[in-house]
Amino acid sequence: MIVFILRRLGVMILTALCLTFVVFFLTNLYPNLEKLAKTQGNFRMTDEQVASYLRKEGHLEPLLVKYGQWLGVVPGTTYQGEDGLTGTCFRGTQSAEQVAARPRFCGILQGDWGFSTRFRAPVSAIIAERLGLTGILMFWVMLLMVPSALILGVLAGMREGSRTDRALSTVAITTTATPEYVSGVVLIAVFASSAFGLRWFNGTATSAMENPTFWNFFLPVLTIALYGTGYIARMTRASMAEVMTAQYIRTARLKGVRFRDIVLKHALRNALIAPFTVIMLQFPWLLNGVVIVETLFNYKGFGWTLVQAASNNDIDLLLAVSVVSVFVVLLTQLISDIGYVYLNPRISVT
Amino acid sequence: MELLDWGEIFMRILARFIPVWIALAVTFGLSIAGKRRLGLYGKLFDSPIGMAGFALVMFWVFTGILGGAFDMIVTHDVLAQSAAMKNEVPGTPYTKMIGTVAEGAYPYYLLGGDNLGRDVFSRMVAGAWEVMKIAPFATIFAFMVGITLGLPAGYYGRRLDTILSFLANLILAFPVILLFYLLVTPEIVATGIPVYMAAVLFIFPVIFLVTLLQTRFFTQTLKRNIYVAITLVIGLWLYLGIAWDADPLGIVSFPPNLLVVFVAVVFVNAPTVFRIVRGLTMDIKTRDYVAAAKTRGEGPWYIMLWEILPNARGPLIVDFCLRIGYTTILLGTLGFFGLGLSPESPDWGSTINEGRKLLSIYPHPALPPALALLTLVLGLNLLADGLREESLRD
Repeated sequence: MIVFILRRLGVMILTALCLTFVVFFLTNLYPNLEKLAKTQGNFRMTDEQVASYLRKEGHLEPLLVKYGQWLGVVPGTTYQGEDGLTGTCFRGTQSAEQVAARPRFCGILQGDWGFSTRFRAPVSAIIAERLGLTGILMFWVMLLMVPSALILGVLAGMREGSRTDRALSTVAITTTATPEYVSGVVLIAVFASSAFGLRWFNGTATSAMENPTFWNFFLPVLTIALYGTGYIARMTRASMAEVMTAQYIRTARLKGVRFRDIVLKHALRNALIAPFTVIMLQFPWLLNGVVIVETLFNYKGFGWTLVQAASNNDIDLLLAVSVVSVFVVLLTQLISDIGYVYLNPRISVT
Repeated sequence: MELLDWGEIFMRILARFIPVWIALAVTFGLSIAGKRRLGLYGKLFDSPIGMAGFALVMFWVFTGILGGAFDMIVTHDVLAQSAAMKNEVPGTPYTKMIGTVAEGAYPYYLLGGDNLGRDVFSRMVAGAWEVMKIAPFATIFAFMVGITLGLPAGYYGRRLDTILSFLANLILAFPVILLFYLLVTPEIVATGIPVYMAAVLFIFPVIFLVTLLQTRFFTQTLKRNIYVAITLVIGLWLYLGIAWDADPLGIVSFPPNLLVVFVAVVFVNAPTVFRIVRGLTMDIKTRDYVAAAKTRGEGPWYIMLWEILPNARGPLIVDFCLRIGYTTILLGTLGFFGLGLSPESPDWGSTINEGRKLLSIYPHPALPPALALLTLVLGLNLLADGLREESLRD
């Protein structure tokens, strides 16, 4: 088990390194750097001004050196300006003595995630704050999505082919066919617009960042939850339907156990192994939903930050965002694998 | 003229779709009449769910082809703006602020006008054509890439499998939207990276088809030579035109901003197809008929393409339907974030994105494209469900 986890962690770090390098490469292409320089300076900069700005900020070093600096395995570079030194490891102009007193390495290994050019603040502070906001959103999504999906799936799967099953399965298919930007738009139009006259909820969730209430938070939570609910429900249904045909269920039924007890005491425990994996693997999907919903409802969390960072070519912030999302994806995969082994003793990782 | 009420709007929309109804009726009539001779496709008409899905999908296919390519259903030019029609509610008579309405123009905006005074109904119909142009082809390309790499990975296993699976997982670990934001920007198009990616991805269909024919006919040299030559000439001609925009005859070309969308969608879909094909191959390669083919002395690629692949077709066809739906969702996502396609384009994602800004006051411009996308994807999912049920039956 330990070997398995260590190997997976190794693969995880390798994946994260490769992915951040890809992001690094794409954001450091010259047209992107030019865009960055122009958004930071002004849009009428000449090519020479762009080049000198980029040199001063350390963007014109070789790609591998820059990547090493970001990681913290290559010392940061400094440049001699007119009134002192500028460099990749500090902001603004400083004297030679001040620079000499500073640490030479400044990468994520030293805990320095860089500086966001879009928000003009340290990346680590931004990420912590935004992740917190998205965490609240995800908590409510999970609280809504998991129980409703499991109930739907168990109800549909306990009598396969019945009318309840058909109806619930159609509902489940419909929700999986509805991407967040469609369900969000429909929900806002119906429940939050003046045209239909039902102004039950708020169409934006901006106020929910300070003070989440049912009225400003339910629509975004429902929008994200809907897309995942159908999928988990279908998986639960398939698993439940399979368990219900098992020998021990038939035995219990022949002994005269009540149907309710069969479902609750005998079938449910075995039927819930498969959905557990599916729920864990839903996290990467939810990440997409979070980006769309946070943009649609103007809730300034992690997904909104991703959009802001990407559309402004904010290199440090974008890298941090990708590191976080990659680790979320890979960690949930690892947890689902380990959890599966614990839940299902027939399977072993070795 | 007066505002139409909802009943009249509904009747007029039904009337506009008459060509589609005729096409649907013909398709269903012919298919049901010949359903015993049509294999899996015919069996689809035994399952109500499959039929409902098929009807929804074909509705949008016909709408796309007849409305987009033949200009039949649309009532107004999708780009024509009329300042007098800005945000007007459904059923408003068509007027113009400057100039007079042209003779014979359709007298109403059936589903109202958007914030630039364009006809929402026509844009929704034209949006179907935007999807039809990209989604099926992108999905086919993704399948060819996934199959060409997944078969050897599953069949040979070992080092090859490890490397390819790692690469596939790498792409899958990327949040899709981040990938789109990194790939589908004018800056990236300027660097030429999409062209290189297209050059790598689009060579796979050619390789796939050539290998397919070579392994089948290599004992009949003449036949083989003719087939492979035809495939190579047409394949490489299209390849040069689409990927490199260097068609020697100057007929085939691909707009760069569409190419980047196409590449991004294929790139996101191919790893999932790869994983499915790899899994199926690992399962099927242990069967007796594969061992029999090996004993006959067949080559590995013959076994992969002509023994394993045909026997994996059931799950692959089902996944193909689901994946077109997913590709449609991805295209909508691109439009929703304003990436790739031009902002004027009538595709559903862009229209939803534009409509959402005034959603709480004027919901009518955003709802039709949203519901259109929903019904198309729902149709594809139902179709996949019907196919799965019918293919499991025998």
